[in-house]
Amino acid sequence: MIRCINVCKSFDGREVLSNIDATFERGKTNLIIGQSGSGKTVLLKCMVGLHEVTSGDIMYSDINFSGLSNTQRSEERKKIGMIFQGGALFDFATVEENVMFPLNMFTDMSVEEKRERANFCLKRVNLENVNYLFPSQISGGMQKRVAIARAIALNPKYLFCDEPNSGLDPITAGVIDDLIMELTQEYDITTIINTHDMNSVMQIGDKVIFIYKGKKWWEGTKDDILDSDNQELNSFVFASEMAQMVKKYHKRLSGK
Amino acid sequence: MNFFTSIGKYSLFIYRVFSKPEKWSIYYRRTIYEVDKLGLNSVGIVVIISVFMGAVITLQTAYNTSSPFLPTYIIGLAARDSIILEFSSTIVALILSGKVGSNIASEIGTMRITEQIDALEIMGVNSAGFLVLPKIVATVFFFPVLTILSIFVGIFGGWLVGEFTGAITTMDYIKGIQWGFVPFYVTYSLAKTVVFAFIITSVSAFHGYHVKGGSLEVGRASTKAVVVSSILVLLFNLILTQLLLK
Repeated sequence: MIRCINVCKSFDGREVLSNIDATFERGKTNLIIGQSGSGKTVLLKCMVGLHEVTSGDIMYSDINFSGLSNTQRSEERKKIGMIFQGGALFDFATVEENVMFPLNMFTDMSVEEKRERANFCLKRVNLENVNYLFPSQISGGMQKRVAIARAIALNPKYLFCDEPNSGLDPITAGVIDDLIMELTQEYDITTIINTHDMNSVMQIGDKVIFIYKGKKWWEGTKDDILDSDNQELNSFVFASEMAQMVKKYHKRLSGK
Repeated sequence: MNFFTSIGKYSLFIYRVFSKPEKWSIYYRRTIYEVDKLGLNSVGIVVIISVFMGAVITLQTAYNTSSPFLPTYIIGLAARDSIILEFSSTIVALILSGKVGSNIASEIGTMRITEQIDALEIMGVNSAGFLVLPKIVATVFFFPVLTILSIFVGIFGGWLVGEFTGAITTMDYIKGIQWGFVPFYVTYSLAKTVVFAFIITSVSAFHGYHVKGGSLEVGRASTKAVVVSSILVLLFNLILTQLLLK
């Protein structure tokens, strides 16, 4: 479980996050949604320590992550897996070497064991016969799956995903979403996903937090969204015509 | 104020670069890779530059010392000392600051904007140490090899042009390059190269590591890395010459 307690973040005096209080539960896919520039990426980066919080605390179970020294933080980070928006695969390494990288750095496994583990992770994300290709030689969807395989290589306790299906077609995006949800439940991970893809929200949103102008504006589940009267949330979620039709249809069915 | 901020940031960066590696064997493999990429891949350009440099120095010395009161072997001597003292260390370092410096700054800068450095940090890897220490070790150990190569090739280039243009005979040239040889000059040249290698690599990596923005900023950082490291090479050339040859 991860908790944000009164998290504030400012850049050069400009407040980007204001008193964010949120709890992200274990074994669930926790989604942070919001418009571009609302502060959701900053919140995610604060949670993993890429940005220092201006005030407030980030708690990993009982550990105050934001109060740890760099060395302690490095240790704690070995329990974290992260999927970046662009994949962030290492250009200098092949697919297999990318997945083996955390194993090389932090385990004393033999080469065979590491290769076996890497192949297991690649198979888990439905990737085969790409081991010796470089990231530039595979598609965007494959890169995302390699990033997931790398993120789960060390059996993380926490999985952070920054817009994991941006730039992907709806089918591939759905595959990535399903994969993240399956892994979350299978390994009982605390997963936090940053997204503005409404399909993802409705597909895997066990818990949804809506950030608006740097503040936590709304919190609930994917089912609560359809019944919510929150104006800002509605104008964000149901911005497209198709989404408005879904809402109308839902209202008609539920008789509200 | 900006200058002092940069010095502070650079010092912190160097401190992180020299922090204890997570795993020595990985750093060792990365160093071998960097020796190949930054060192061996520069052999070609060093050879080409050195051969022409030696040739031009020999010709210029020959045309400017055509006095009956000066022995012709002085051309070989002047070429040798110019190459050892200045050209093979400083000029080659300036050329390498362009080739290697821009390569390092753009590579690390691209890793920064594509979040690869963030990915390393999230894994708990000291990204500065992992990316930069192998490069510094590789260049500090391999650039002196390039300098020695440059000295030999430069002197060979001088002989080649002297022989073919008739500016100096082979006998006189060989006598000149042997006459009054001071072995310390080679030590001085290699000492300068080690310092220049450290400056070029660390300054370029520093500029690449702190890139913010997109591809335009990577280009700017790359240019800045070359300019700053070239100026620092010239400055430290002056300081080391005063310290070592006094």
